[in-house]
Amino acid sequence: MTDQQPAPPPTGEPAPEPAGAAKPHPEGAESARWAATFREITTGPFGVTVLAFVLALVIGGLLIIVTDPDVTAAASYLFAKPADFFGAAWTAVSEAYAAMFRGAVYNYDAPTFARGIRSLTETMTVSTPLIIAALGVAVGFRAGMFNIGAQGQVIMGAAIGGYVGFAWNLPPVLHLLLALLGGILAGGFWAGIAGFLKARTGAHEVIVTIMLNYVALYLVAWFLTTSAFTRPGSNQPKSPGVKDTAQLPLLLGDQFRLNAGFLVAILAAVFVWWLMTRSTWGFRFRAVGSNQQAARTAGMGVASSFVLVMVVSGALAGLAGAVQILGTEKALTGGIAGSIGFDAITVALLGRSKPLGIFFAGLLYAGLNVGGRAMEASTGTSINIVLVIQSLVVLFIAAPPLVRAIFRLPAPNPVVMKGVSA
Amino acid sequence: MTALAAVAALALAACGSAPEEGGATGTAGGSESSFKACMVSDAGGFDDKSFNESGYNGLMAAEKNLGIQTATAESKEESNFAPNIDNLVSENCNVIVTVGFLLATATGDAAQANPDVDFAIVDSTAQDADGNTIELDNVKPISFDTAQASFLAGYLAAGMSKTGTVATYGGLQIPSVTIFMDGFVDGVANYNETHGTDVKTLGWNKDSQNGSFAGGFEDQSQGQQLTQTFIDQGADIIMPVAGPVGVGTLAAAKDATDVSVIWVDADGFETNPDSGDLILTSVLKEIGAGVEDVITAASEDEFSNEPYVGTLENGGVDIAPYHDFDSKVPQELKDEIDQLRKDIIDGTIVVESPSSP
Repeated sequence: MTDQQPAPPPTGEPAPEPAGAAKPHPEGAESARWAATFREITTGPFGVTVLAFVLALVIGGLLIIVTDPDVTAAASYLFAKPADFFGAAWTAVSEAYAAMFRGAVYNYDAPTFARGIRSLTETMTVSTPLIIAALGVAVGFRAGMFNIGAQGQVIMGAAIGGYVGFAWNLPPVLHLLLALLGGILAGGFWAGIAGFLKARTGAHEVIVTIMLNYVALYLVAWFLTTSAFTRPGSNQPKSPGVKDTAQLPLLLGDQFRLNAGFLVAILAAVFVWWLMTRSTWGFRFRAVGSNQQAARTAGMGVASSFVLVMVVSGALAGLAGAVQILGTEKALTGGIAGSIGFDAITVALLGRSKPLGIFFAGLLYAGLNVGGRAMEASTGTSINIVLVIQSLVVLFIAAPPLVRAIFRLPAPNPVVMKGVSA
Repeated sequence: MTALAAVAALALAACGSAPEEGGATGTAGGSESSFKACMVSDAGGFDDKSFNESGYNGLMAAEKNLGIQTATAESKEESNFAPNIDNLVSENCNVIVTVGFLLATATGDAAQANPDVDFAIVDSTAQDADGNTIELDNVKPISFDTAQASFLAGYLAAGMSKTGTVATYGGLQIPSVTIFMDGFVDGVANYNETHGTDVKTLGWNKDSQNGSFAGGFEDQSQGQQLTQTFIDQGADIIMPVAGPVGVGTLAAAKDATDVSVIWVDADGFETNPDSGDLILTSVLKEIGAGVEDVITAASEDEFSNEPYVGTLENGGVDIAPYHDFDSKVPQELKDEIDQLRKDIIDGTIVVESPSSP
């Protein structure tokens, strides 16, 4: 799950000369440098991501064409009047994607600027828990552990964070901090179970975390039948609202749902960057992730690392749950986590387990979701097409050679890669 | 060869003649009204073969009969509710119908923020963040006293059970679900009283309001497992009140012998044509008719916030025809059920449930 490149095989071709070496033809060197830059941009991780996205949008467009009733109608007399068919196809696709843009970034049809920019703030709101939970998943990836249990950890974080939020009476600020802490502890504990079992018994974390997802789901469903979690005098599976003192403050006023949770997500990204690249814990995590035997030989506690990695990973997922309930949903229900925990795995993959990458991947993923819903409301295009696009983006990103083959790009030049990453 | 045939077929299909200029791209005649009716589903989706689908059919019927415009937004999870309603407000909808109790808070919030848009909510009233009902001028609750109809279904089940055990379960423990189960239990009890039998009901205890739930409206394997448990305990007629989860019950019933199912919301014989031979009857909840009524009134500028309550009397709830079971249900039992329907309508029998609207 790291982006380390395999060692370049020795080739007979002369590698581009290092910059500064004497050149017989300066013009040739110039064009070679441009070619190298072009190659770096298009074949590097960023280029593949963009191309994967373009490819997925093209296929999504084809699906929109196939499912659009007007296009289907025009297709029945394709040979008699092809212009109708292509016109209808273009209208269907351009309207659908324009609606998606209006929903996810800026609604240029809105009467006021505030109403228009609301789209972008919605994307940011939806991305908040995704980014935080994906950071947690990424910590696991970097340490060689596959935390499939983010969903369960998000649920537990939301349940405990929410409980502190609606059941306790505390002064502002302190209440919010304790509620967030409750979510962090609950998520960390939940994932820690899997880490502990792996360290002690060798039980695989994938199996254990998947099963703990179900335990969390039904545990919370049961919580919601008890009087501690339901509203007084009600048997509905929904908790009381989170108290004002524990809510994450809105950032842009009443008209927008965007709340301080987004700042928490940025802080979490900075924290994970620091943890993984600047701290001894992070060094240990990465060492264990790269090679357990070597880490053990170097005197690192591999077993204790398993527990620590899972606790940190789960704590972040738990924080995501707490932020979701304290900032956006404001009451606990059985479906509080939606599919955040599973989407977070995708976002972590999309962001290549790097904090900055995850931040943008989270925004992109949330934008597709938010825009997709607007597309459905506006043009009647099924939201399922958005799910297909999201899945295709991930599929293409997971297979860079496929994307390069489709766009007939050369394989990344190992020498250039080495030079850049140094 | 097949590929060639497929290509030929495609080419032939594309050889139709072009329509006259102007009528090409679905721009219908001038009768189209500018009134726009919209709908948000809950997490079950519009293809749940159950209450979201019934509501959707009501919207489609309104579109066809009134010539109005429509837009829909399908929710995948609870966090979609508020944004979906908001998107439809942005699309300038005149009336927005939200389907299901779970949208109560989102509907209440949106109705307060957009006083010039009319709302109708199926199975609930608008609620504030703490779950207290709020009455708003622009929200019309559409609710159904389904206990009346499921009472008849319970009576029928008790009369048809060979093992003397019937069962029911719900999707989530919410009033719009448990009201079915309350009526069912009472119907069975009424049969036992009348005939001196001892038919047992698994899956729901009306007095303690406790029973079996699938934990949601999506996971069909949950329905299959629950049903298998009931069958193992001897139940031979099962009523799932869980939307699409009920498909799991049909699958389990298909594998067993002599087990039949009572569908809910829509006529299961029609929505699940493959399993028609398993469906004894369905507890109908005419959400579609209710939705269409409300949209019609709104489009004629006659929207009111007065609740619509579907009953046996106004035809808002009932049980479906027996279809394949018509020859198997004894005439005597049919007559008793027809009599019960009359008794409930004229108030001789009062079906009560803590969840009644």
